[in-house]
Amino acid sequence: MDKKRKSADFFRGIRMGIPVMIGYFACAIALGITASKAGISPIQATLVSLLLNASAGEYAFFQTVLTGGTYIEMAVLEFVANARYLLMSCAIGQKTSEEVKLHERLIIGFDLTDELFGASIAREEKLTFAFYLGMMTVSIPGWAFGTLAGTLLGNVLPTVAVIALGMGLYGMFLSTVIPAARRSKVLFFAVVLSMSCSLAFSLLPVIRELSEGFRTIILTVGLSTLFALLFPIRDKENGEGGDNA
Amino acid sequence: MSGNLTIYLIVAALVTFAIRALPMFIFHKPIKNRFVRSFLYYVPYITLSVMVFPAIVLQTGSLISGIAAMAVGVLVAWFTSNLFLTASTVCVVALILELIL
Repeated sequence: MDKKRKSADFFRGIRMGIPVMIGYFACAIALGITASKAGISPIQATLVSLLLNASAGEYAFFQTVLTGGTYIEMAVLEFVANARYLLMSCAIGQKTSEEVKLHERLIIGFDLTDELFGASIAREEKLTFAFYLGMMTVSIPGWAFGTLAGTLLGNVLPTVAVIALGMGLYGMFLSTVIPAARRSKVLFFAVVLSMSCSLAFSLLPVIRELSEGFRTIILTVGLSTLFALLFPIRDKENGEGGDNA
Repeated sequence: MSGNLTIYLIVAALVTFAIRALPMFIFHKPIKNRFVRSFLYYVPYITLSVMVFPAIVLQTGSLISGIAAMAVGVLVAWFTSNLFLTASTVCVVALILELIL
């Protein structure tokens, strides 16, 4: 890829990353409050956010530190909180352009979050490293500074504002799945069924006791298997946009 | 806290990184198997749908504002496909309703 296209892609990534940055900043404030409750200094909390880039994962981290869990416990909890990324990483690996080098894949993997994953999938074209790097450039500081802000002034900000800003992240997920549902009947069906099953799982006894991360994994594996069997994508396409609808 | 914060962080960071980076690092060649490709094609849409609902309506103080914010978000996403517009509309609707209700 030539330089011009790379820089255009990088700036497209930045543009895509700005709403993510705002949402991250807001969400990370709540995390910063948790961190300060666990007795972690603002600088340390910011470092944790820079290295982990995860909401559920960091929440589990601060809780484990707070309760003085063992290192093994920490490893297991982080595995559970992040297990859904195993699937996302496989999926985004197929979406990634073959021009992307192996070390660049590791860098993408380092910051593979729900939101950046969603933004990458929302894009019609193959994922490039420049685009992802653009998103990382703005979203990583958003997350880190939000955490810092949370530890410093979390209790000053009105709760309503924090909640509203946090809702933006869900808005982003909607803007990934809804247009896809409009494009394809099969995806429409997949989205509606996924949401219905997710609602059912959050209400059903026993199942609702499972962690949110586990429920997400069970539903993702189960429903994706079902759809892959019922509506396999066309052979010539490279895991892109093809369905038999 | 009983453990060392640095060791906690190293453990957590390594586990997190391994989960996220290794699959896309290992399976970097296009997968040929039709079932696996179909499975991975559906994963993103299904997993994001599962994550967004019902979580989005439980996020706010009242169920009504959550449902309204989601409904407006779905409409904006359906008709515009614009990420920034959808995200900000959801925020604004949630904020206004949270202040009123």
